[in-house]
Amino acid sequence: MTMRGRSFYALVLSGTAAVWNAAAEQRFPPPEFESGHQLPVTTVPPPRALWQEYADVAVLLLCLGLACYFVYRRRSRRSVLWLSIFSLIYFGFYRKGCICPIGAPQNIALGFFDPAYAVPLVVAVFFIAPLLVALFAGRTFCAGVCPHGALQDLLLIKPVKVPTWLETGLSVLPYIYLGTGVFFAAAGSAFVICRYDPFVPFFRLSGGLTMLTVGAGFIVVSMFVGRPYCRFLCPYGALLRLASLVSKWRVRITPDFCTKCRLCEESCPFGAIREPVPPPTNPMELAPDRRRLGLFLIALPALIAVFALIGNRVAAPAALVHPTVALAERYLDPAKPPPPKVPTPDSLALERADHDPASVLSEAARIKRRFSRAGWWFGGWVGLVIGVRLISLTSRPVRTDYEPDRGACFACGRCFMFCPNERVRLGLLSPSELPGTEPARTDTAPVASGDTGKPKTAT
Amino acid sequence: MADQEKTSAPVTRRDFLRQGSRVAALTGLGGFAGLLVSKLKSETLVWQIDPAKCLRCGRCATECVLKPSAVKCVHAFALCGYCELCTGYFVPEPNELNTAAENQLCPVSAIKRRWIEDPYYEYTIDETLCIGCGKCVEGCHRFGNGSLFLQVRHNLCLNCNECSIARACPGDAFRRVPVSQPYLLKTSYSHG
Ligand code: SF4
Ligand code: SF4
Ligand code: SF4
Ligand code: SF4
Repeated sequence: MTMRGRSFYALVLSGTAAVWNAAAEQRFPPPEFESGHQLPVTTVPPPRALWQEYADVAVLLLCLGLACYFVYRRRSRRSVLWLSIFSLIYFGFYRKGCICPIGAPQNIALGFFDPAYAVPLVVAVFFIAPLLVALFAGRTFCAGVCPHGALQDLLLIKPVKVPTWLETGLSVLPYIYLGTGVFFAAAGSAFVICRYDPFVPFFRLSGGLTMLTVGAGFIVVSMFVGRPYCRFLCPYGALLRLASLVSKWRVRITPDFCTKCRLCEESCPFGAIREPVPPPTNPMELAPDRRRLGLFLIALPALIAVFALIGNRVAAPAALVHPTVALAERYLDPAKPPPPKVPTPDSLALERADHDPASVLSEAARIKRRFSRAGWWFGGWVGLVIGVRLISLTSRPVRTDYEPDRGACFACGRCFMFCPNERVRLGLLSPSELPGTEPARTDTAPVASGDTGKPKTAT
Repeated sequence: MADQEKTSAPVTRRDFLRQGSRVAALTGLGGFAGLLVSKLKSETLVWQIDPAKCLRCGRCATECVLKPSAVKCVHAFALCGYCELCTGYFVPEPNELNTAAENQLCPVSAIKRRWIEDPYYEYTIDETLCIGCGKCVEGCHRFGNGSLFLQVRHNLCLNCNECSIARACPGDAFRRVPVSQPYLLKTSYSHG
């Protein structure tokens, strides 16, 4: 059917074309009432007030502060737990999980790439504040403030250990997911991280069947694998992990010194506790690692290039998520179905395209170009993530104590009570009962946070 | 002494690197925040339907992340003809012009019909019942004045980053509007 035929058909059949909207309506002049009837006013219920948004920010900052205090000063798992329950109720069920930093990287990306979009101030603060705190105190946001983390944390009943190779392999996923989110936000104005968030449908108590199923899947897995979303998917967690790798203070299991009694070894449900690694006795031991490091460093650019190429190739099909591109493609489809008798949303969209094919097609072409450009970057990012992960495997840490891994530790505080020194500090154990090799200490006073935070150096 | 220096050397180097990276990260974050400030506008944006573009397709009822949808039918009273036979209220060829459910177009009987004076009736939407299906809007648009139209109700809307109806809207009717003017209302009769 020709283009003119189609639009004529549309006009006759449904009269729905936007251009004729105004002309078609307004058929009967409004009455003049003899009874003096007053017209009701159309109500316009306002959106959430600005002060309420600022209140959210205040709650966030307060919770972040409390989380740091509970983890570093009080060293109390119970306080952290109560704080996370509060956050779950407030940020989760009350604010419907929709005021959270997890999706914020997308807002920021869209803000940079789409001049028409303004990043809301609240989103900017929610993005920056937890990262800033993580640079000083590690992932205390994850411990007590994030509703997603709290939900998974509370569900955990019987943690199983994830094998190290699997954990290492899966740990690149959050970075890739982050890249995906930024890619779609920048190129297609889409928010995939929000769309596929597994827990938000539960906070809202409504959602599509697919997402409810995925969410239920995550909830079941959360009972046996500690925080699966946090460890293997959360894009914001990826950023927090990076920040806490270089944080000023760190969570330590023991309040003062480690006797290597190994009581805490299995206490972390997230597999974050690392055992001491003595420095190599013979420098030659490091030689194979060095060789591998050199190899990977040389291979890194090649890896990035290969993935960038792949990214560019997958960008074209990915562009179809954009409604305009999808519309244009369907519009160009030679086998496009004849319009049905009763107009469907899809046929209505095609009709709209019929009225202004040129602008739909040029807009779609522009978006596709943007996708293919972003595809290079996205692919390069994936290559970089995998490369850096491989490189990091070659580095050999030196540790004198049992310590949580800086990046992997959620600062939940579960391990504290497993340490006999902590029990001594709390007066639950007398110093003479201490296991281990070192002489018992008598001072049980809590140690200042600056002190506890400092990693022990080799003696 | 020399011994000790050798064993502690890698640790200090790591610490040094860490401190350096932290300072770099802080500077980066600060610069980033600065850049961001230039992107910030004091006005938050919210989603709204442009009634002139809406094609009354029904997706507003099904695509919203909320069930029932945050989109509701809204009535521009000044535009309404107060017709006795309201084509937004009655099914085509109703048995009788009364409020019996089988005569009503609205699947949830959300429209209240009230006699004002002969021959005029007032139609009001009960938003607690309305599901935003747009059936009445279509009826009013086709044969009436178009005084019924759909709007995102901001007391209900979560202001999703990406409105999931906007993604599916065949009319491209959704757009972000400044929060100070969160509605795109039809107002009054303009010609004739
Ligand atoms: S990793 Fe992500 S989901 Fe988990 S607690 Fe941290 S921010 Fe929340
Ligand atoms: S989805 Fe768009 S066209 Fe369909 S009823 Fe809603 S606003 Fe109107
Ligand atoms: S017909 Fe649909 S849009 Fe109109 S009042 Fe009823 S539920 Fe609301
Ligand atoms: S922004 Fe979200 S809550 Fe509001 S109408 Fe769109 S989908 Fe519904």
